[in-house]
Amino acid sequence: MMTERVEHPLKPPGVEKPLAPRESRWKEFWRLLRKNRLAVLGFFIFVLFFLIALAGLFLTSGPRPVFDPAIVRLEEKLRPPFSSPTLEILGSDRVPRFGLYLLGTDELGRDVFSRMIQGAWVSLTVGFVAVGIAVLIGILLGGISGYYGQKAIRADQVVAALIAMVGIGLLLSKTYLGGMLLLIAGILYLVVLRWWKKKVRKPGETAWTRVLSVRVMSIDTLIMRFVDIMLCFPSFFLILTVVALLPPSIYNIMIVIGLTSWMGATRFVRAEFLSLRDQDFVTAARALGVGDWRIIFRHMVPNAIAPVLVSATIGIASAILTESALSFLGLGVPPPHATWGNILSDGKNYIFDAPWLTFVPGIAILIVVLSFNLFGEGLRDVLNPRLRERS
Amino acid sequence: MLSFIARSSIQKIITLFFVSVVSFLVIHLAPGEPSQVDPLNPKFTPEMVERFRQQFHLDKPLYVQYAYFYRDLFTGKTVSWKDNLPVLKKIIERFKNSLWLFVVGTLLTWTLAFPIGIRSAIFRGGLYDRSATFFSYLLISIPGFFFAYILIIIVVSTFHVPVIDMETFGMGESSWYRWLMDRVWHLLLPSVLGATGGIAVLSRYVRSQMMEVEGQDYVRTARAKGVPEEQVHYKHALRNALLPFVTMFGLILPGLIGGSVIIESIFAWPGMGRMAYEAILARDYPIVLTVNFISAVLVLIGTFISDVLYMVVDPRIRL
Repeated sequence: MMTERVEHPLKPPGVEKPLAPRESRWKEFWRLLRKNRLAVLGFFIFVLFFLIALAGLFLTSGPRPVFDPAIVRLEEKLRPPFSSPTLEILGSDRVPRFGLYLLGTDELGRDVFSRMIQGAWVSLTVGFVAVGIAVLIGILLGGISGYYGQKAIRADQVVAALIAMVGIGLLLSKTYLGGMLLLIAGILYLVVLRWWKKKVRKPGETAWTRVLSVRVMSIDTLIMRFVDIMLCFPSFFLILTVVALLPPSIYNIMIVIGLTSWMGATRFVRAEFLSLRDQDFVTAARALGVGDWRIIFRHMVPNAIAPVLVSATIGIASAILTESALSFLGLGVPPPHATWGNILSDGKNYIFDAPWLTFVPGIAILIVVLSFNLFGEGLRDVLNPRLRERS
Repeated sequence: MLSFIARSSIQKIITLFFVSVVSFLVIHLAPGEPSQVDPLNPKFTPEMVERFRQQFHLDKPLYVQYAYFYRDLFTGKTVSWKDNLPVLKKIIERFKNSLWLFVVGTLLTWTLAFPIGIRSAIFRGGLYDRSATFFSYLLISIPGFFFAYILIIIVVSTFHVPVIDMETFGMGESSWYRWLMDRVWHLLLPSVLGATGGIAVLSRYVRSQMMEVEGQDYVRTARAKGVPEEQVHYKHALRNALLPFVTMFGLILPGLIGGSVIIESIFAWPGMGRMAYEAILARDYPIVLTVNFISAVLVLIGTFISDVLYMVVDPRIRL
């Protein structure tokens, strides 16, 4: 090995190793995480859950799945876990895999184990998609608010936006012609204004233009007020309302949970951006002539992502809980999909006859949510340099 | 101070206006209409539907409906579409029931969370701290309804007391003592369930706040000059750690409404949450919107109170 090393021409003689201990980001992350045993446990359960969900997707789908969650065996209903099926009654095509009901059967004689591993994927997608939507909106709005926040919105823009909004309102109350006209007028004004700005330097000053170019508020204020408005709604109640009014579908649930939980991410990103915006590396990038979008996504977002990641991990946990609560109220993911929430809520009617129908999904949800929470908290400690120094 | 109050009241009123618009739009733009709730009912002839729509202004454009609705709300004349009872009267009636749960739950939360959090901050890293941490995560992560069923099974099979609904049916003749015990048993489980999440979160928060303050210089100084440990913890550290919690008094206000749809439906508790849930299912828009509006008002009042309290308590803050 020694012979292969090529000496760097500028390297001072006698210095063999780099001066600072070099550690890749992942290695450092792992070293810090390892101190928190609960977080490591959470991380492993998180990975295990991910693998099970992925395996469940493949093992329970297709024309002849390995574990079929959809076979109804009315003669074999409510069998306890680890009971073997009576082979004489069932045809050979309805016998469960391994000739065993690993986690028993439900009130229709469906294999609970198959339904659980199918539901794992659904719960996982609900959690990830909902949080993905929330984080995307959060980064976008928080980024705009933190980076462009100081730019002011002028009175004429507010008026134009109001006109467009009135137009939308009219459209919604079925006054199509007037609504359309107002909407187009409003948007056209906003678009033309931008173009006008670039072409023409200074329009003539009259009393009207002076009134119209009064600065009303900054973009930051606008977005933060919007966040305040959204925070006024009791979140579970809002989700419940929207989900109950919309047609039942798994996608609606993901989208609704996502659209009602982005406020935290927005605030985090904004706070980080406000402190990053004035730091030297951003000034340097700007001095080099790097474009705004590249500065935001390449330089600032990676530095601002830590608190968002933490809140996203915990957000997935709470999205899974919200989904199960919705299923419990009968508004969750509709029947062909099995989720842990609806296995549990179907099973509650048989809590004394078939306790496994309640306890298996209940404990599964508990363990997964717990592992997400523990991992999220561990992540917070690792990613927060202030806490790191103290310990 | 006065200018702050004036400024923030104006801001809050504007916010409230937008909240009212958004909630109105969300509800009215969802597909389907309240007049179509029961299309198979033979009594629901087209003429009936038409009369229904006219009576509740459903045939008017949306902005007219909006104006009508909020005019009725502020003059207190809103009626439920389902039974024509005044919405405010219904809400107040249910509110009294929810208030019990809220008061007991909040008391439990605040009296238990502080000792737990302070103790685990003082003995940080010890067995107590670690188990408290683990249990609080457990309580945050457990699905509420699953936990409710476990508790119901345990309580009913060990103490043999009925716990569903507000009181046992037909208790009219019994002595006041039995009546009281019956009410207490019925109140206990739902309020404990409502409090568990709060205890877990709040005690974690107390712990981290305590740890933050214990790392400050003045605490070290106090220790260095020989102040007894007890006094360091409870006089120097705790008093300063309490600051942010003063503001949380304002933030518990919204819990009055958003509370507990799930707990109230499991325990058949005739409270606000359940009424709102039933109203959503029946598309009884006046009730849904009124509950939403009241809870938005409570959130805004809560944040206002917490801002003012913060200013009163912490002289460094000038809003």
